[in-house]
Amino acid sequence: MENNEKHHIVPYMTHLIVLLGLLVLTALTIAVTSIELGPLTVTVALVLATSKALLVLIYFMHLKFDNVIYSIMVGFVMFSIISIIVITFLDYLFR
Amino acid sequence: MEQVPGNTHLHRDDEASKIGMWLFIFTELLLFGGLFIVYSIYRYLHPVAFELAADELDVVTGAVNTVILLVSSMTIAMSVTAIQKNDKKLTLLLLGATLLLALVFMVNKYFEWEAKISYGLYPGSGRLHEFGHGDTLFFGLYYFMTGLHALHILIGMCIIGVVMYQVWKNNVRTDKFAFLENTGLYWHLVDLIWIFLFPLFYLIT
Repeated sequence: MENNEKHHIVPYMTHLIVLLGLLVLTALTIAVTSIELGPLTVTVALVLATSKALLVLIYFMHLKFDNVIYSIMVGFVMFSIISIIVITFLDYLFR
Repeated sequence: MEQVPGNTHLHRDDEASKIGMWLFIFTELLLFGGLFIVYSIYRYLHPVAFELAADELDVVTGAVNTVILLVSSMTIAMSVTAIQKNDKKLTLLLLGATLLLALVFMVNKYFEWEAKISYGLYPGSGRLHEFGHGDTLFFGLYYFMTGLHALHILIGMCIIGVVMYQVWKNNVRTDKFAFLENTGLYWHLVDLIWIFLFPLFYLIT
């Protein structure tokens, strides 16, 4: 097996910038949820959390630099989880 | 012990072991995904109790632990860069930093739980019984989900310890670091779960 034939080396700087982005998003989440926005609060918090998760997946977990098959698999799993949540809520909202 | 560098006759498939790690991560995501569904349904059924109960949690402790996990995620991601650049000392240093941050996370968790339990907020306590059904559900989920997450941190700490030993022994090195890479993936998963636990339990009040 020819291993490591094209292993992308992610620079230290990229990791540091991603961390700063994650910290800014965390601060933003805390700031936004401390204001009274009613039902919007949950939506905003979840959107910010999802953006943080995407940063971790794409850069820290190397999805950007790896074979596209990993991204497809992750996308499929995310789609499954979201579908299950939506279908469960449809049941609760309309029963 | 005499490992010849580039002993290509040995079959080794790093790509397959990484796919295997990802498949394991997917099962973990589905496990926590199921718990998040339980949380959101109970929150939908008991909105007021969940908001009041979440007020009991300390945002500062949660925020500090979030920062700790994010930084530790960066240090382990950097350790993969370090081993690729054949910098053994820096790899060990970054892994050590990750381990230390994980320990600080657990110490924080201990004080957080200790305060809650001494206040009488734990599954099956009399105080929770007085508060009612919604609070009981909230704290049941809080202890189970953050507890399961903390268990993952403890397992991660053990694995990081093993990786450090293997790096030190040169069994994990610049041309053979799939184990380190997979450990990194596991640690990022732990971070990923906390990214959702933190706002859902501590912030949405």
